[in-house]
Amino acid sequence: MKELFILAVVTVFTLVTYYLVEPFAHSVMHKHVESEHFAYADLPALTKTGDAARGKDLVMGAGACSGCHSISVAGMPAPMDAVTSAQSYGVNPPDLSNVGVVYDAKFLAALIKNPAHALKVEHKYTPESGKVHPMASFAGAGGDIDQEIADMVAYLQSIAVKQDKLTPKMAFETACGRCHAMKYENWTQIGEKPAFKMKKDELAFDIQVIDYQDALTKYMGKLPPDLSMYIRSRGEHYISTFVENPQHLLEGTAMPRVGVTAASADKVIEHLADAGDTKRFEREEVGKKVMIFIVIFALFSYLWKRSIWKDLH
Amino acid sequence: MAHFTKATSVHDWLNQRLGIDTVRRVMATEYWIPKNINFLWAMGMVLAITFALLLVSGIFLLMYYQPNVNTAFDSVNYTIMREVDFGWLWRHVHGVAASVVFLVIYIHMFTGIYYGSYKKGRELIWISGMLLFVTFSAEAFSGYMLPWGQMSYWAGMVITNLFSLGGLHADGLVEWIRGDYVPAQAFLNRFFMLHVLLLPLAIMGVIGLHFGALRIPHVNNQDGEELDFEAEAAKYKAGDKKHSKVIAFANDFMSKDMFVVGIFLIFFFYLVFFHYDFAMDPVNFDPADGLKTPAHIYPEWYFLWSYEILRPFSTNVGLMAFGFAQVIFFLLPFLDRSPNAVPASRRGLFFIWFWAMLIDMIVLTSMGKVPPIEPYGSIGFYAALTFIGLWIALPIITMLEKKA
Repeated sequence: MKELFILAVVTVFTLVTYYLVEPFAHSVMHKHVESEHFAYADLPALTKTGDAARGKDLVMGAGACSGCHSISVAGMPAPMDAVTSAQSYGVNPPDLSNVGVVYDAKFLAALIKNPAHALKVEHKYTPESGKVHPMASFAGAGGDIDQEIADMVAYLQSIAVKQDKLTPKMAFETACGRCHAMKYENWTQIGEKPAFKMKKDELAFDIQVIDYQDALTKYMGKLPPDLSMYIRSRGEHYISTFVENPQHLLEGTAMPRVGVTAASADKVIEHLADAGDTKRFEREEVGKKVMIFIVIFALFSYLWKRSIWKDLH
Repeated sequence: MAHFTKATSVHDWLNQRLGIDTVRRVMATEYWIPKNINFLWAMGMVLAITFALLLVSGIFLLMYYQPNVNTAFDSVNYTIMREVDFGWLWRHVHGVAASVVFLVIYIHMFTGIYYGSYKKGRELIWISGMLLFVTFSAEAFSGYMLPWGQMSYWAGMVITNLFSLGGLHADGLVEWIRGDYVPAQAFLNRFFMLHVLLLPLAIMGVIGLHFGALRIPHVNNQDGEELDFEAEAAKYKAGDKKHSKVIAFANDFMSKDMFVVGIFLIFFFYLVFFHYDFAMDPVNFDPADGLKTPAHIYPEWYFLWSYEILRPFSTNVGLMAFGFAQVIFFLLPFLDRSPNAVPASRRGLFFIWFWAMLIDMIVLTSMGKVPPIEPYGSIGFYAALTFIGLWIALPIITMLEKKA
């Protein structure tokens, strides 16, 4: 079977070349970061059991969260519109309705206590820089601060939708959508772009987006990228480990640690796939059928060859 | 003027006007191919099928692609990938076929080198084949510009910069090629024209030449045996197919070709549906940004070996080495001084030369992708020297070769 030997030689050289050009070359070019499974091991565990009712008072209280954040499920509107907020803080503070399900509880507690630390952006807010993180650290309401924070987290968890009701889109909007646009899903940093009847209304909306982006650019140093095609340009593993801790893959980046739970990270990635790889299910389906067709084609071509070559040998 | 009679059938009507029986005889039933061949002889058909796949998928993509720097990226990644029914399929077929066609071209080339199929009247087959390699390369490069992603833009920047010719500082030439100081609208438009019109036309013309060059010297065979095609054909036509050393192109050779094509397509469609990433670089899914150079710029895998001959040297030496690598394969029929047109396994030192060249090109390919840090920089440097050395050694070792 000389032909099979030749085929084996061709296959081996092809596979060696493939290995060197793809897995090997990429392992040299790109730092490999293992997932930490969104454990946030550097943050202290919650030791207190929170009470949602007390938490509500703290969250809603004068000078507390609702001074800057909207909580739409609780009927609490935003004190300022998105553009004015971004111009004041650099970025629009998130609506707190679903943060209890999207973010890890330990992370939320650490964030309330010391935002720059939990977000891993302390390098941006060194004493020399003279800058402070726009979100003020919670200094306590007079009681046991850890208990108070646990109460606030419990309240935020109590108002959030249940995990199984959290859609990929909601997870994306809460976790990423105030900094990142997603053109292919019609998403801007100030929300979904509506369909306008009048050109001037559309232009007015676009100007708001530009104003917001200008403020955001000043705050972040660079406009955060549109994420429409990130599922193809970065891939699932990179996105997941980057979201978990941006500093691992891009040291010094202004992007904060997002603090999502593992389940929410999966939802975010699903939403990215819904934008940049919409036909993945169709691809699998069609792929199977084409493979079956082509194997049958090869079988018939083999039978044809045999019937013709039996006279030639 | 020819004499026409009232046609007795459609076949007869066509035959009187087009001579279809003669065409069929000349092109198929009495186009003689040696019987002693293996599946590597089917690579020509595999390439023809792959080219057809590229052409057909390209036509569908062309209906939606927009050659404009503001819309090109979205017309590919949004319109074709999301909006158009099966647009994703055409794109993945096109992208994977563009990569796989080079794999088959390289197998086809190394088959030719191994069996000495570029000698004794077959020189033009080799030279027209190399012309096809060059036109396919230009086609692949121009096509790579079209999605207008980061790799399109920066590969376009790097490759057109080569035309400044190093120390000659021919910046005017670079600007003339780009139609601008940097890759921009004029650049995208002209590469679009090259990709969808001029280069495909050139490829189809050269394919004609390649086939024509094959006709008189005939296809080589596995043992380099010189066949008396007329005598063997007479045997075949007399009905002694078993002892004739030739077979007809159709259906004898064709049936084997199609079986190989069948196996190839299993591999091809597996890649299209389940393993397409290797052919579609992730970096090119970021839109072109002239203010943001990617951390690593590298060409597609099939250009890596020649890129690595350029890279390890200083600018001028590198360009000369690169130029050398681009033309030297054309000269193979004349640098091989041995009269033996037999498989490399029966040619002594040339056998070693063949495998050394193959392995050296794989080493160059792999080093061309990784950043030039140690030890990869040195490995690439020595592999590039080896490449040049092997070509200098070729006339000498083939002159020393004994008559087989």
